[in-house]
Amino acid sequence: MDTHIQVRNLNAFYGKQQALKDINIEIPKQQITVIMGPSGCGKTTLLKTLNRFLELTDGTQISGEVLVDGQNIYDRDVDVTEVRKRVGLLAQRPSPLPMSIYDNVVYGMHIHQMKKNRKQYKDAVRHYLEIAGLWEEVQKRLHDPATSLSIGQQQRLCLARGLAVEPEIILGDEPTSALDPISSQNIEQRLLELKQNYTTVIVTHTLRQAKRLADYVIYMYLGEVVEAGPAKDVFTNPQHKRTRAYLEGQI
Amino acid sequence: MGMKKNRWQRRHLVEAFMQLLMRLSLVVVAGSLGLILWTIIVRGLPALTWDMITQSPKGGFYMGKGGGVLNAILGSLYLAGGGTLLALIFSLPIALYLKTYLGDSKWGRYVRLSLDVLWGIPSIVYGAFGFTLMLAIGLRASLLAGIIVLALVELPIMTRAMDEVIRRMPADLEQAALALGSTRFEVALRVITRQMLPGIVTAVLLAFGRGIGDAASVLFTAGYTDRIPTSLMRPTASLPLAVFFQLGTPYPEVQQRGYASALLLTIIVLLVSFGSRWISGYLNKYTIK
Repeated sequence: MDTHIQVRNLNAFYGKQQALKDINIEIPKQQITVIMGPSGCGKTTLLKTLNRFLELTDGTQISGEVLVDGQNIYDRDVDVTEVRKRVGLLAQRPSPLPMSIYDNVVYGMHIHQMKKNRKQYKDAVRHYLEIAGLWEEVQKRLHDPATSLSIGQQQRLCLARGLAVEPEIILGDEPTSALDPISSQNIEQRLLELKQNYTTVIVTHTLRQAKRLADYVIYMYLGEVVEAGPAKDVFTNPQHKRTRAYLEGQI
Repeated sequence: MGMKKNRWQRRHLVEAFMQLLMRLSLVVVAGSLGLILWTIIVRGLPALTWDMITQSPKGGFYMGKGGGVLNAILGSLYLAGGGTLLALIFSLPIALYLKTYLGDSKWGRYVRLSLDVLWGIPSIVYGAFGFTLMLAIGLRASLLAGIIVLALVELPIMTRAMDEVIRRMPADLEQAALALGSTRFEVALRVITRQMLPGIVTAVLLAFGRGIGDAASVLFTAGYTDRIPTSLMRPTASLPLAVFFQLGTPYPEVQQRGYASALLLTIIVLLVSFGSRWISGYLNKYTIK
């Protein structure tokens, strides 16, 4: 297994309450890793440590290491904006920026000054909207407000916007939970297509989605990683009785 | 079938009556506005000459001789403009502080309550307060004093209007921008400002509208003069007071010019409020509702 992200002795607290307990996992490169577990088990907390989002919440304390390509993203001299550029996030509900469809995709490229001229930006917008499967629907209305899109389209726009800053890793925090079934399927399809080029980590609370997407599975319970391994092993032959109980729908 | 509507059934009668009452109040409100506009147009329009808006009062103006109210138009624009600017300098930080540090805490509620109380205080009280303050620091009736008092009148309106705008700021927005690797400053400049600008513009123009129409607060503090204002330390005229003084004379032609001044003031206020609608509509196109 080619490891892309390595989490070492990671602990996280909200105030005095411990949300993550001594997490040690390895996340494979260019595959889809699914974090699953009952609600409140720390899935989203773990995800948020991977792009240094957890520290945005007041009163959180984090110790341990998260290595991306061997570099600890919690090191003192690391630029947090650079971390978040390399580790994109698809949130639970799409939140387009208050600007046009076109400007939403351009925004990230602009702040990181990734292109030289207007033409390059234009081409890039088209490219990423195509990857997100939205180009056909919006090519004639690129300068309409992003809020004029349906929720499902907005989520694909957020995907395009995230991909435009050229991340290596995509995090998804229950990225389909606010969407209708057809839009969800569409997003899942995109994620499956993208996994050849991106390391993807998804949090989900639906077991069926986990089974459809996962190459690698992390099962969490009460802030601890109970079991982690290739999807086919974990789903067919779970090693731990908690995992088995969850897979059988008892938790 | 028992599905036929019986109009005389009690609950249907109550509904019909209530509907009538609501329509009546609508007619009263719309009718009053129409009547006000009608009155000042009919009485003021004939006197609204080019001289009225290009000249200041000449000798004997208040007895019917030539001149105009340019002094009051400019005075009002300076007073309200200056007051709005000064109020903006204070209310934006207050509104931001309310949002970021006080939130819905006990102190936040106290501050909002005091602003609401201040909003309700009659402007003559502000005028009297301003006057006392001026005596204390040795400032005479002047443009500056008028601007300071108008800023006090406008401050609570502007701050509360901004507070509402800032409170409606979607929480996800900041996170979305941060997730793309923005610095905090980029989030503030490129995202939050864009989201809040239309509301802030509306708040500012709302306060300007209130400021320019206010007579009582500038009565003691800005004074009145027939000269065009040239210095912050000299007294200045204002349109509401121009209306007041001209209507107070016994001469019909001067009274008519009073209505013309009222018409001018109304036109300015209408321009500002249409302008604010147009600007915020234009800026609002992309904001997240």
